[in-house]
Amino acid sequence: MQTKRMTFTNNRWLPYLLLAPQVTITLIFFVWPASQALWQSMLRQDPFGLRTTFVWFRNFERLFADPHYLVSMKTTLIFSVSTTLLAMSVSLLFAVMVNRMIRSRDAYTTFLVWPYAVAPAVAGVLWWFIFNPSVGILPYMLRGIGIEWNHRLESSHAMILVVIAAAWKQISYNFLFFLAGLQSIPQSLIEAAAIDGASRSKRFWTIVFPLLSPTTFFLMVVNIVYAMFDTFGVIHATTAGGPAQATNILVYKVYRDGFIGNNLGSSAAQSVVLMGIVIVLTVVQFRWIERRVNY
Amino acid sequence: MARIVLDGLSKVYPGGVQAVSDVSLDIADGEMIVLVGPSGCGKSTLLRMVAGLETITGGTLTIGDRVVNGLEPAQRDIAMVFQNYALYPHMTVYNNLAYGLRNQGVDKAEIERRVQEAASMLQIGEYLDRKPRNLSGGQRQRVAMGRALVREPAAFLFDEPLSNLDAKLRVQMRVEIRQLQKRLKTTSLYVTHDQLEALTMADRLVVLNGGRIEQVGTPMELYSKPATVFVAGFIGSPAMNLIDMAYLRDSGIAPQALPSGTDLIGVRPDELLLTAPAEPHLALNGTVALLEPAGAESHIYVTLGGSDQPITVRIAGLPQVTEGAPITLYAALDGLHPFNSASGRRTG
Repeated sequence: MQTKRMTFTNNRWLPYLLLAPQVTITLIFFVWPASQALWQSMLRQDPFGLRTTFVWFRNFERLFADPHYLVSMKTTLIFSVSTTLLAMSVSLLFAVMVNRMIRSRDAYTTFLVWPYAVAPAVAGVLWWFIFNPSVGILPYMLRGIGIEWNHRLESSHAMILVVIAAAWKQISYNFLFFLAGLQSIPQSLIEAAAIDGASRSKRFWTIVFPLLSPTTFFLMVVNIVYAMFDTFGVIHATTAGGPAQATNILVYKVYRDGFIGNNLGSSAAQSVVLMGIVIVLTVVQFRWIERRVNY
Repeated sequence: MARIVLDGLSKVYPGGVQAVSDVSLDIADGEMIVLVGPSGCGKSTLLRMVAGLETITGGTLTIGDRVVNGLEPAQRDIAMVFQNYALYPHMTVYNNLAYGLRNQGVDKAEIERRVQEAASMLQIGEYLDRKPRNLSGGQRQRVAMGRALVREPAAFLFDEPLSNLDAKLRVQMRVEIRQLQKRLKTTSLYVTHDQLEALTMADRLVVLNGGRIEQVGTPMELYSKPATVFVAGFIGSPAMNLIDMAYLRDSGIAPQALPSGTDLIGVRPDELLLTAPAEPHLALNGTVALLEPAGAESHIYVTLGGSDQPITVRIAGLPQVTEGAPITLYAALDGLHPFNSASGRRTG
């Protein structure tokens, strides 16, 4: 691309000055805490916090030998994949339905975006009430069809609960992107496919869905990142990781081990692992998603 | 191949807007009909009604011997070429052509045969593995044609297919489409806003205005005997001069010589002469406003004396006139088109 470039010949300090605010923010809010975590992940403290020893990578060795941590990884995988699938499929369905409307489209769009404004913890409390085994409306109705709902005892129930609560919040965001994606597909393509004899569902799967793929890939990464890192509030408000670690995902475990278990070294090591995952996902997003526009 | 009959077709949108009103047309098997009119005249809506992309709110539509009002586009046995080509961007040219056939359940060998045949007919054989974004405008246009062709439909529908091409390519594709249509003898309905495209391609021409048919006829019928003021002004370029009778008082024309009710006279720019002809004629005095040489011909813009009515004259070669100088124009009486301005119709 040929764009005009500014040159700084007479003032050597101006470019640094212009970059300073962004660099300062990055240093204070990312580089400093990240290096602190990195440093702390190599330290170990005695139970009374009197003595701190430098242990190199022992925290990481212990971590990957810890069956609880490996289970938490599996839990995180199940949780983030289910949340992503649920959030994306429901929002795609909504987007397709709203896209067919003509007059009421804007009203539905507005309503469907509202949940995004709800804080994760509040969303968690909301679903906690709805699914509450003693006072919730859903367990009451489920009892009618013979299902005894209790996410405090049943680990599968707990997982379903956190997945629904986490996905619910993300549906709004996905919905907006899918709707914009659908609206950018020229109507004439769908008409051409209709004349070419494709049924409604065939038109969707052979024309619309492939053309949405850039949006879908982008949302997939965003949703996985969300499910892995932004769902602390949801988990904290609904199950607090329980029962029996069934919903203790990696991010929540960092908090549990660090602030409740007071094992700061292990907690720091865990957050370093998470940081690694974020970096990988970011690279995936930049390297692939940007190029994966396959038409 | 099929005959298409439009019987009193109407389209009223839910908001109450009448886009097409009472259009009746009998299209013979193998005929090329061109729908022409200014933007917003309902020509595209009418085409989309035939295609099944817009619902029909009144009248009946028959393709072949079936009434197709309630049928889905796929069941109407038609193929359409869109203005923006509407090629599937994520499929190769081959798959673009094969898509419709696969949906019909045509077997693989037959698809291969038909795609290859269409590709060689349109000279796009070497692009079959490319995606549409790697093709030029003209190549995309051919692929869009090919997609219609392979289906071997009863009728082709064209929705301004050449309007996205540059002028030179447009002329070339115009000729190719017409030749192809004549060879295949497939009934075709072609929408355009370009009157030249309409004149050159049509077996019969339908001029639409405000959702109604103004006139139907062969290109020469419409050109030599426009039935309404609208058709007179729309067909032919430069447009026909329409002169109010009030300006013709001193021109040597006797109002009695014209059909009763005439108050507007149409003269084609090429029927105006700079020297008086032998047969009865009228003479108009004016001033040369602008001389516009255009190669083989020239256009002279004249302002009639005592009015600000501009008149266009088309003369072969480069005439010896001076801008700002007085000029006298002559026109043979039998080359005049008499109209009534109130009804907008021809008087004789």
